[in-house]
Amino acid sequence: MSDEQEIILSELNDEELVEQMFDDLYDGMKEEIEEGVNILLERGWEPYRILTEALVGGMTIVGADFRDGILFVPEVLLAAGAMKGGMAILKPLLAETGAPRVGKMVIGTVKGDIHDIGQNLVTMMMEGAGFEVMNIGINNPVENYIDAAKEFDADIVGMSALLTTTMPYMKIVIDSMVEKGIRDDYVIMVGGAPLNEEFGKAIGADAYCRDAAVAVEMAKDFMGRKHNSLSA
Amino acid sequence: MTQISDTDLTQGGLAPEANAGRILLIACGALAREILALKEQNGWDHMVLTCLPAIYHIQPQKIPDAVKTVVKERRDQFDQIFVVYADCGTGGLLQNTCAELGVEMVAGPHCYSFYEGNDRFAELAEHEFTSFYLTDFLVRQFDAFVWKPMGLDRHPELRDMYFGNYEKLIYQAQTNDPALVEKARDCADRLGLAFEHRFTGYGDLEDALKAVAAD
Repeated sequence: MSDEQEIILSELNDEELVEQMFDDLYDGMKEEIEEGVNILLERGWEPYRILTEALVGGMTIVGADFRDGILFVPEVLLAAGAMKGGMAILKPLLAETGAPRVGKMVIGTVKGDIHDIGQNLVTMMMEGAGFEVMNIGINNPVENYIDAAKEFDADIVGMSALLTTTMPYMKIVIDSMVEKGIRDDYVIMVGGAPLNEEFGKAIGADAYCRDAAVAVEMAKDFMGRKHNSLSA
Repeated sequence: MTQISDTDLTQGGLAPEANAGRILLIACGALAREILALKEQNGWDHMVLTCLPAIYHIQPQKIPDAVKTVVKERRDQFDQIFVVYADCGTGGLLQNTCAELGVEMVAGPHCYSFYEGNDRFAELAEHEFTSFYLTDFLVRQFDAFVWKPMGLDRHPELRDMYFGNYEKLIYQAQTNDPALVEKARDCADRLGLAFEHRFTGYGDLEDALKAVAAD
């Protein structure tokens, strides 16, 4: 950005600032996002409102353009890095202010797989959508999923894999849960570059999620149905 | 041997050397030099090679349909077609496509596996899943396949987000080329990974093509 076009965030009104934060998220400008979050906090915005309207709103545009082939992985990672900067400021405040909690998810990459970019994006977007997420990292054997789901009292178990060689491990996890009689205690969502809808069905998952935005929508949908069935 | 550039193989693939014959090999452009070398070594003149763009290595969703198109275009001109791809990140979709078309393909998850030998690779995977692999072609085309598509030319700060969980770069060499070993070592340095040079030769690729050639 050239000097003559420099935008002073604090001089923008709320609406303009949120619009500018969308642009800054899109461009992966972490410092500007942090500054924008702080300005909105100073103006009395609730942390949850900043999260949903400014950050998640901006990331939704990033996600749509990624899905449509306009943005690519590097740009999404930069945007995610910027959102992470904003989230780091908001997270402790969200805990204090009692933001709504939609549901709980355990997520991890399966045994033999060290790729965590996708699941980290899902974690961030799920947190942005009001889920509590326990990210158990990479290279997870069956027992890690089962123990974490129990300990965290999860509603959803998410599994990620980037490799053709590791994605079959998802079925081992699901089969183990069936054997233990706990399969139906959780919604199981799977994702990762080599996966597809057919694979998700074949291994007995509840949903295959093409990207982080789809994961959030499906998770919300499942939680909505769960609440409806509990209240019926 | 036919003069071909790596850039052409990456972006455009390779047109068939002949419009008819006994066996058509439809391969990834990243395997072109190796297959041509094997053809020459073994005198497999009854095999005709055509390649899809090697860049599909990082866009595997394009592979099944691209293979299907070539099979449909060429199947009347050849007695047999063999697809020289492993699964290559298609999540079983290429296997389904080949089954539907009635053509065979190379066994295994990807070229790193069949170069090593699928059985051995599966054994090694238990301990080597923190390794990042490059072949001769990918060492030569490192910038086109790794550095630029991952945006590391523009945003080197992303490197550890991509490679932070990796420990080692293993260069699976198909040929003995000291210059490529040095280039591979430099790739490892750029990614912040330890380096191992491992000569694999053509591994299971050679056996798979031998079986096809003998059909």
